[in-house]
Amino acid sequence: MKQTSIFDIISPIMIGPSSSHTAGAVRLGLLAKNIYGAEPKKVTFKLFNSYAQTGKGHGTEKGLLAGVLGLSVSDRRIKNIFDDEISKNIDYKFEYYEDFKKHPNAVDFVFENGRTMDIYGESVGAGEVVVRTIDGFSVKLTGKFNTLMIVYDDIPGMISKVSSLIQAKNINIASLHCDRYAKGEEASMCICIDGDLDSDVINAVKTIDRVHFVSYIKKLED
Amino acid sequence: METKGINTFEQLLEVCTARGKRIWQIAQAYESEWCEVPVNLVRKCATESLCAMKEAINTGLKSTELSMSGMCGNDCDKLQKRFAVRPAVFGKTFEKILTYALATSEENIRMGKIVACPTAGSCGIVPAVIIAVSEDFNISEERQVNALITAGEIGRIISAKVSLAGAVAGCQAECGAAAAMAAGAVTQLLGGPPKQVLNAVALALKNILGLTCDPVCGLVEVPCVKRNPFMAVIAMTASELAMSGVESKIPVDEVVDAMDQTGQLMSPALKESSLGGLARTKTALELQKRLFT
Repeated sequence: MKQTSIFDIISPIMIGPSSSHTAGAVRLGLLAKNIYGAEPKKVTFKLFNSYAQTGKGHGTEKGLLAGVLGLSVSDRRIKNIFDDEISKNIDYKFEYYEDFKKHPNAVDFVFENGRTMDIYGESVGAGEVVVRTIDGFSVKLTGKFNTLMIVYDDIPGMISKVSSLIQAKNINIASLHCDRYAKGEEASMCICIDGDLDSDVINAVKTIDRVHFVSYIKKLED
Repeated sequence: METKGINTFEQLLEVCTARGKRIWQIAQAYESEWCEVPVNLVRKCATESLCAMKEAINTGLKSTELSMSGMCGNDCDKLQKRFAVRPAVFGKTFEKILTYALATSEENIRMGKIVACPTAGSCGIVPAVIIAVSEDFNISEERQVNALITAGEIGRIISAKVSLAGAVAGCQAECGAAAAMAAGAVTQLLGGPPKQVLNAVALALKNILGLTCDPVCGLVEVPCVKRNPFMAVIAMTASELAMSGVESKIPVDEVVDAMDQTGQLMSPALKESSLGGLARTKTALELQKRLFT
């Protein structure tokens, strides 16, 4: 039986009105920002299905923007985020779509200005979220673990090079997920870890030959 | 302590009886062990939730601001104004329970700060019952935290069988579960032993089976906001009965099984999709047209 907590029941402290459409939206925004790994200057939010239809009444757009700006689910600024000083320096827009192949509560973040990145995520209930793709690579990020994400060329030995750097710090790997466009083409690796990585490990991964992009995605606070 | 795998109320009662402990004592020890955090941190987190609940009540009691849709937000004010001149038939505590539940759920829909308990749409029920009764019976914060931990444990055990989401099992799994949590919590608060707490849970749950989730315009407003005070009263009724020694003929774990089965048998049209029930009434469709076009 899966381990459960009373705090799945008597929390979180959050801005209403909906755990999936408001708190979940904030958490998706936070996770997307952590994945992007830089201060976003320009972002397009593509809302799908229920997020598109009932988002306005649930403050979903406000939540998504607040998350991208780094606010927590209980931050009172979410309510008036569009008028808040904090949102003045970001260029954002919302688009609305219907696509029944996608989850009812789904959003695509398109970050531009500097590195362009496309992050697709879903709010799967009770404030829990999952990011499913990053720039077309399939991933499964829930924000529950610190995660090292690497984009690299699909050549032999990459997994062992990266994992040995983590092993050298005696850190346990909770899960490992790889994907690639095609054999020998660009590939992605997501390593969820127990504990935390030092910047020297991350920098060492960046220096591995044929690694193109490294992002250390911090887990979300509860 | 080997509390591994408390996932039914029967197991919980066995452990309580064998060790001569109350539910909150078992629950906080279990939480501490499984989540690898010290007991004082468990209590600190529960205290933070309790304080945020009180803040939501106090803020909500003073506001008449409407939600973004304009459908809800000023009913708690009406209730308070009436009680100021004409006290409720059932007395002061009843007034508080109704107004606190409504204050909290209205605070939720105007994007105020609340505590999901178990969900945001059902956030008013547990706080209204615990806090109103504690004020009127002079119950310490420590015991209120104990009651909230018990509420959490009740919800946790229900959620082991039934996912607490309207989309999965209807409103019985949101406001209904909250009523059961509140019923058990207040029974403990008023001195009921674990057996009575679990009877209160069973009695409350039996009376919300089949409750649909059919939100108008797909928003957590109609009927959700006003459902909170109704469910708080169900919790109190269950507690009064249980504390008189009234027992549920169907054991609480079997009631949860029935809730699970009922949820599965309910049409998807009545589980948060807004494709049936109140959400498809003539007025609801007119509201939808006005709001979304």
